[in-house]
Amino acid sequence: MERIPILQMGEFLLVTIQVDMHDRLALALQDDLTSKIVQAGARGVLIDISSLEIVDSFIGRMLANIAAMSHILDAATVVVGMKPAVAITLVELGLSLTGVRTALNVEKGMELLRATRGHSSGRAAY
Amino acid sequence: MDAQHTETLPIQTSGDVVVVRQVVRTRAAELGLSLVDQTKIVTAASELARNTLDYGRGGQVRVELLKNESRTGIKLIFEDNGPGIKDIALAMTDGYTTGNGLGLGLSGSKRLVNDFEIDSRLGEGTRITIVRWK
Repeated sequence: MERIPILQMGEFLLVTIQVDMHDRLALALQDDLTSKIVQAGARGVLIDISSLEIVDSFIGRMLANIAAMSHILDAATVVVGMKPAVAITLVELGLSLTGVRTALNVEKGMELLRATRGHSSGRAAY
Repeated sequence: MDAQHTETLPIQTSGDVVVVRQVVRTRAAELGLSLVDQTKIVTAASELARNTLDYGRGGQVRVELLKNESRTGIKLIFEDNGPGIKDIALAMTDGYTTGNGLGLGLSGSKRLVNDFEIDSRLGEGTRITIVRWK
């Protein structure tokens, strides 16, 4: 079965969704990311959705689930690159993505992740 | 208003839902709908196609392009032969679901389109018709 690749950059995981995901692929990504956070000891997850033409309630729920699960596993999640038309549609659909942190692009998202780690006590540098 | 162009797509797998999104996107763009309106109708199509699959046990969607002197639009008719919807008013409530979704499929789709019609019979099936005008 096809999979969305998860890249590791230091203590962060980077996911770029470049295909129109069917529901099973979205669920597989959710599972894969959760396992990978634990396996890699990741402190942050950056999800780039700049290629996504739509975010419907299923994908929205997947993003919220990933954010919630990674939070419990002591990793921050930032979703970046949402298109303006997608944001307008999401709000009208009724999804506010509560609990999901967002940034305009990958660069700002990485800054946000680094800032989040810098301010948290948790597993700080020795 | 006459339909200028009609095509019917099956909705039997989650891969079919992706095809429905892509076809609706292409047709809406060809009609000249704005990017925001394209995104709205494609998102509504995705929600309703998933409902057809998950709750209606599969079905089909008819895509019609509407065009006359005064108006241009895209009409989608989702049909299934599933169990039907017991209480349509309840099903149209934000957050109500009989499955494990968010309960936004029907109510949310209605907000994304101009016309929304639902016809459901218990034990026979459900037909949902939506239109987005340019």
